Amino acid sequence: MVTAVVALTIIGLVLGYLLGLAARRFHVEEDPLIDEIAGMLPGTQCGQCGFPGCGQAAAALASGQASVTCCPPGGRALAEALARRLGVPIDLPAGEEDGPRLALVDESLCIGCVKCYKACPTDAIVGAPKQIHVVMQRACTGCGACIDVCPTECLTLVGTTATLGTWRWPKPLPEAA
Amino acid sequence: MRLFRFRGGVHPEGHKELTEERPITQLPLPERLYVPVQQHIGAPAKPVVTAGDPVAKGALIATAQGALSASVHAPTSGRIAAIEEHPAPHPSGLPVPTIVIESDGEDRWADTLDSVDPFTLTPEAIAGRVAAAGIVGMGGATFPSAVKLNLGRTQPLATLIINGGECEPYLTCDDRLMREQAGTVVDGIRIMLHAAAIERALVGIEDNKPAALAAMRKAAQAFPGIDIVAVPSLYPMGSEKQMIYALTGREVPAGKRPGDIGVLVHNVATAHAVSRAVRTGRPLLSRVVTVSGGAVRDRHNLEVPIGTRVSELLRHCGVTGEPARLLMGGPMMGMVLPHAEVPVVKGSNGVIALTTAEVAPHAAMPCIRCGRCVGACPVGLVPLDLMSRVRGGDLDGAVDSGLVDCLSCGSCAYVCPAHLPLTQYFNFAKGELVIRDQERRKAEFTRTLAAERQERLERQRREKAAAMAARKAKKMAEQGADA
Repeated sequence: MVTAVVALTIIGLVLGYLLGLAARRFHVEEDPLIDEIAGMLPGTQCGQCGFPGCGQAAAALASGQASVTCCPPGGRALAEALARRLGVPIDLPAGEEDGPRLALVDESLCIGCVKCYKACPTDAIVGAPKQIHVVMQRACTGCGACIDVCPTECLTLVGTTATLGTWRWPKPLPEAA
Repeated sequence: MRLFRFRGGVHPEGHKELTEERPITQLPLPERLYVPVQQHIGAPAKPVVTAGDPVAKGALIATAQGALSASVHAPTSGRIAAIEEHPAPHPSGLPVPTIVIESDGEDRWADTLDSVDPFTLTPEAIAGRVAAAGIVGMGGATFPSAVKLNLGRTQPLATLIINGGECEPYLTCDDRLMREQAGTVVDGIRIMLHAAAIERALVGIEDNKPAALAAMRKAAQAFPGIDIVAVPSLYPMGSEKQMIYALTGREVPAGKRPGDIGVLVHNVATAHAVSRAVRTGRPLLSRVVTVSGGAVRDRHNLEVPIGTRVSELLRHCGVTGEPARLLMGGPMMGMVLPHAEVPVVKGSNGVIALTTAEVAPHAAMPCIRCGRCVGACPVGLVPLDLMSRVRGGDLDGAVDSGLVDCLSCGSCAYVCPAHLPLTQYFNFAKGELVIRDQERRKAEFTRTLAAERQERLERQRREKAAAMAARKAKKMAEQGADA
């Protein structure tokens, strides 16, 4: 009895010590870059990048498996910021971007089922049961999460039209330079 | 008085002889006026009339919203025909909300006019009257004037500079205003001095306007605080930072405003409008516009009601057919207009119609790094370097090289022997900067929204679980009591 207790205690202590050593010896440092990149991403977990969420996308970006242009809601600004942070070249042809695409509710088709506003990661859709819903453009990232859940296909992503406040000069033509 | 020469600058052909001897005349009242609700920097004014309402001349039709905004008044009497989208005087020709007034031809004043002696008023009351009159900077920047006059209460101001530079080729509207209305302009300057609690005013007028200089000197003789100064004719003298340097030798630091070095700058036409508004309560309803250029038969300096379409000006001055290029403002910094149906607004100082011969384009050739643009840049940038960075898509590099300090004055493109579209590149890059900033701000906003939603869902889950546990505990207790 005493022998068994002593033997088991010694085995336990030795194994515990070995485990403790191994934990220090083989410690895997969590890349701080991943946290930093996750902070730059929109955090809406929309999945348009092909990863389950922004955390996984950040890990893929940090390890170079994803392109810096993989996040549509982040747009050009995010792509440029990521390229700067990761030190990778980026080829964004100026002026060729069709601008952001935002969700729009077709009011003739909306039945007020409230499915879309539950799916919206940024609470950009407002509405109530059996009331027509509307998308607040200021809060919409164009992630498309609402499109798939709509039973009447009344939601579409549409490009925004230029106004005096958003119109900008185009880049001069290359042959003129 | 000692003058200072700012660096760079160019001497474009003036073409001022075309209109400088043409006295200001009234444009016959148009039948319809298209008055945009935004003619200024800041928030658009909010319409306070509806279609069908009768209006009297000078009546408020759209009121200022927020701290940085300006009211809009009916330039003549008549009826509000519509409040609709109408093309703005802007290169894009995009529509903006516009109040359309159908004139009744009577030009009947509203009974809002009241005469006061401005020097019995407090500075706040003067700024209030300037704001009520909807006056904005009439040199073209269209910054609400009352906001500037109020600066004196938050920043110590030592000098008022009145900008009579008018360095853009073709334009002579400020020149004529100073010649014909020097008394009113000087009176406006005195009122602004009083309103901003400043002792000294310097009026900078380019020396290619001797008649205006003489008229202003005569009008300002009796007022020792107002100095009329002849400054050399050098483009861009009419840019406020260059004018400040020429008169005081002080440079406005990058990213700062003139107020930060104790200087307040207003245009001569603004001084004129201030005098009329404060003394008589007359809002800003019209402005002097130079109509010039090779495609114009009878070139004029016209007093034009705000909201008159450019096509009416061209018809009055005898432009037949399509001019090769139509500009609002001068040829250096003015805007190309897509068509003539856009209205004259508070900041429109000229309408220039050019012939094909005048705009003959030159094919751009490669940069030979001659450095003439460096010598011409009035802010000391290296335009050739800036351009190659913008062309290569290196926006951050362009910002590091001083993109935001660029005035878009066009001096570099004017002297470039390779005819490179330098200014066009800089305007494009500045737009890209704005887009980038807007996208960044939106991303931040949506990120907080997403975080708030996550937190809310989490809280709801927790509350649900807690409620469930409470119900379970209650049930258990009841069962326990039964047993």
